[in-house]
Amino acid sequence: MKRFDRRTLLRGTLAGGAVAMGVPLLDCFLNDNGSALAQGAPLPLRFGAWMWGCGMNPDRWNPQNVGVDYDLPIELRALDRELSSGGKVRDYVSVFSGFDVKLDGRPNFPHTAGLMGTLTANLPVEDYTVPAPTLDTIIAAEVGGLTRFRSLEMSCTGNPNQAYSFESQGVANAPEISPTALYTRVFGPDFADPNAGPFLPEPRLMLRQSVLSAVKEDRERLLQRVGTHDRQRLDQYFTSVRQLEQQIDVLLAGPPDLESCRKAPAPGADDLGTEIGQATKTNQLMAELVSFALACDQTRVFSIMFSDRISNLRQAGSSSLHHQLTHDEPLDPEIGYQPEASEFILVSMEAWADVIERLAAIPEGDGTLLDNCLVLGHSDVSFAKVHGITGVPMMIAGGASGAIKPGVHVAGATAPTSRVGLTIQQVMGLTVESWGTRSMEARQPISEILV
Amino acid sequence: MSNANVPSRLVGLHVPRSSLLSQLLPPSFRGACFAALVALVAAGCTSSSSSVEVEAGPVALRRLTAEQYERSIHDVLGSHVTVPSRIDPDDRRDGLLAVGSTFAGVTPSGLEKYEAAAATIAEQALAAEHRDALVQCQPTSLTGADDACARPFLERMGRQLFRRPLTSEELEARVAIANESARGLASFHGGLELALVSLLVSPEFLFRVEEAEDDTSNPSRQRLTSLSMASRLSYLLWNTTPDDDLLAAAERGDLVDDEALAVELERLLASPKLETGLRAIFSDLYDFRQFDDGLVRKDAALFPAYTQPMIEEAKEQTLRTIVAHLAQDLDYRELFTTQESFLTRRLGVVYQLPVPSPSGWAPYRFPDDSGRAGLLSHISFNALHAHPGRSSATLRGNFVREVLLCQEVPAPPANIDFSIVEDTAGELRTARQRLEAHVSNEACSGCHSLTDPIGLALENFDAIGMYRQEENGAPIDSSGELDGVPYSDAIGLGTALSQHPSLGPCLVRNLYRYAVGRDAERGEEALLEALGDRFAESGYRISELLRDVLLSEGFRTTSGPREADATGDES
Repeated sequence: MKRFDRRTLLRGTLAGGAVAMGVPLLDCFLNDNGSALAQGAPLPLRFGAWMWGCGMNPDRWNPQNVGVDYDLPIELRALDRELSSGGKVRDYVSVFSGFDVKLDGRPNFPHTAGLMGTLTANLPVEDYTVPAPTLDTIIAAEVGGLTRFRSLEMSCTGNPNQAYSFESQGVANAPEISPTALYTRVFGPDFADPNAGPFLPEPRLMLRQSVLSAVKEDRERLLQRVGTHDRQRLDQYFTSVRQLEQQIDVLLAGPPDLESCRKAPAPGADDLGTEIGQATKTNQLMAELVSFALACDQTRVFSIMFSDRISNLRQAGSSSLHHQLTHDEPLDPEIGYQPEASEFILVSMEAWADVIERLAAIPEGDGTLLDNCLVLGHSDVSFAKVHGITGVPMMIAGGASGAIKPGVHVAGATAPTSRVGLTIQQVMGLTVESWGTRSMEARQPISEILV
Repeated sequence: MSNANVPSRLVGLHVPRSSLLSQLLPPSFRGACFAALVALVAAGCTSSSSSVEVEAGPVALRRLTAEQYERSIHDVLGSHVTVPSRIDPDDRRDGLLAVGSTFAGVTPSGLEKYEAAAATIAEQALAAEHRDALVQCQPTSLTGADDACARPFLERMGRQLFRRPLTSEELEARVAIANESARGLASFHGGLELALVSLLVSPEFLFRVEEAEDDTSNPSRQRLTSLSMASRLSYLLWNTTPDDDLLAAAERGDLVDDEALAVELERLLASPKLETGLRAIFSDLYDFRQFDDGLVRKDAALFPAYTQPMIEEAKEQTLRTIVAHLAQDLDYRELFTTQESFLTRRLGVVYQLPVPSPSGWAPYRFPDDSGRAGLLSHISFNALHAHPGRSSATLRGNFVREVLLCQEVPAPPANIDFSIVEDTAGELRTARQRLEAHVSNEACSGCHSLTDPIGLALENFDAIGMYRQEENGAPIDSSGELDGVPYSDAIGLGTALSQHPSLGPCLVRNLYRYAVGRDAERGEEALLEALGDRFAESGYRISELLRDVLLSEGFRTTSGPREADATGDES
């Protein structure tokens, strides 16, 4: 098998026994995972989260018909897009309407309660706070150690301080805002291109392991000098050290045997900002890079924030922002909705379709990469004007390696949003019977989409 | 309700809160719109700082901010080193990066980036043209290990990067990495590079460790160790790592000795690096990081004069004005009335004022008839506290209340209808007309009556701070009043603000929070009051304030390490 060849190669390449301490670590990694990446073995299942801010108009977004062949209301028309691999985007997207975030008497902190309810199945007791880990980090904790990057976080409006991937209240995963920076991080010098000839591990990789070992030796001395507040922060730091060691293990093992793996093309110059065209383009570039990263098994978990929950998207030449418009713009009595604010919903759904189309553009196995993905698309509210958190819009794209039926509309009938998150965790292989607290506790997965 | 643990990434508008206010008010009043007025009443008492009882709050690890990281690298390894930007974003809490730094952790992606940054930094520091000056010894062989040369180098680097002497275990671990890597890579300097990386990614470098010890002169309390004091002083006054003299003083124990500390403090205050420290303080307080992050963006079609270089110069103008003013030890309050500033030609275009200097910065005095005086009339503030496509009287007023006067303005209620306020196409053509329309709405009027009269005085400045006399064809009325003091325009607002009784005490509070990395605790309130009185007695001289704060018990003592605080849900 190829992986044994690699190990032999490693020992032959590195400069003697002095730097061989990394090799035994490989055994553990490869025994657990190597077979999953051998040719003919099951392809990895990936999870993504994609978020847009400020919701939708329920009457114009929620399909009327449940089950397969659901209708596409105007605000979902982007899902009607044809895919080059065959079929339409809608064939790969299940829609969840009528699933609620339940407050249990807590305040509906505008845009925060709905977002945190959906992503954590818990409600914050204070505004701006994160009550529990977000779904992406729960899944990354389970599968993130198998790949070079535990997860990749991206944000499309140029603000490095905005993203919704939280391990806990104080630990936020900072997003990549620049496609160029993401490209360099994933496909830069450390990327092992499977098409670039025989794999020769960089000797420095093993020395990086010994650097991290020295850092870990400082641990006890430091812990003795701090209080419990800092002990938690240092625990997080040393967890990160272990993660980085795992990443290096993965690099030492060489490129995965994935036929679809190609080095991504370099993106052009960044054009970052909140203007809708900038966000759309950045989202496309991020989706492209992440699709290549997934195909090369550089990560199995990603999250993309298309727009902030208090969406600051804007149209060029307009003095108003999306979020402002959702509150400011009167409902047009003739048409029954806010015309200018609603434009942003259409554009957001096109951006969502861009992501799905991109994942479907990479052939993998008998189908496409999309078949081996499960991507949750969601917002923070339903009708933004009133910060509605009943019927928070959610969708699942992809075939989840055959574990789910795509293309179904499920009406939640006031079930908690956490049922969708519970279903996702179970499909992703987590052993979990329930998710959430109080009325947000879900115990039943959504059987309508399970195979 | 405290928001001590608000992660900045969730906060659209960063809202510093006055802890004083929360203590003064019964819970039912917290969040009430008129609450800020109560804080005004609290500012008047007097007491002498020497007799003040202080129960200082806890200490915590402080993660270096991006700027502190870069400056520390430059000071230790050489200014030629290019430090990667955007390593891991800083956390801003309670309106300060300095407070967020005592909460910030290191996530897996953060550590990955710190490690990559360390590798490129070490490579540059030990590049062929720079290594001899840094290493200060020659190895016996360039292609192998040399313990005798590696050890003193790592001992010296370790002391500077960890801001204390290394323990023997720490040093031996690094020497072992250097030797092992030198052999593995067949390069002495390659080995040093990896040993240097292990110092640069260590939590002992990334975090400043503030340690407490028993106070020998007063066994009833804890004080910061002499070495902890060195970092506290250096990062506060210079925003960078302690220099060799300061570390030496710390190692002698000088910084826990009243007299020796006072002597060392004078040296630090006299250093040209003080300017860097002052810039950092005001950049943090005013959230000028948003300019560096490219977040002060304007719509190009509506504001053709807006460019990123222009907006960055606008930030620089304000910082230069502040530093020049404070370096002359002028009255802090006059920052809000002074006509003195600095301009470039590019800024002159937006100000619509002729700038004689052909290139670069030149001192500039705003003419009497320019409608400009004081920081609030600068482009920077007006652009920062505005939307991409329009000005915002509310955001500007909110900034003055919360950041300059330390008063709390509650957040808007959850279910509001803004449509009357923001419809610029209808009958209500100016911001004043739109905002006054909803003062009749009870849910809005309480808070907007706090912010809007301030912000409306600045309505002559559009979303990029350009002067205008009308909005949508209607003349702008910039009159108003600040807590009972009437004015007719932005210059009048600056004068009223400079005389406001909360202005000086608020700077004291913010400087103190910046210095200790957290909100003031109840046991420190008396000290803040006393410091405020001394600040006033000194004629609002920043140098006196810095001396008083840094020599105060609040800065030098502590209740001990911070303990974990349950946050979020009960789960």
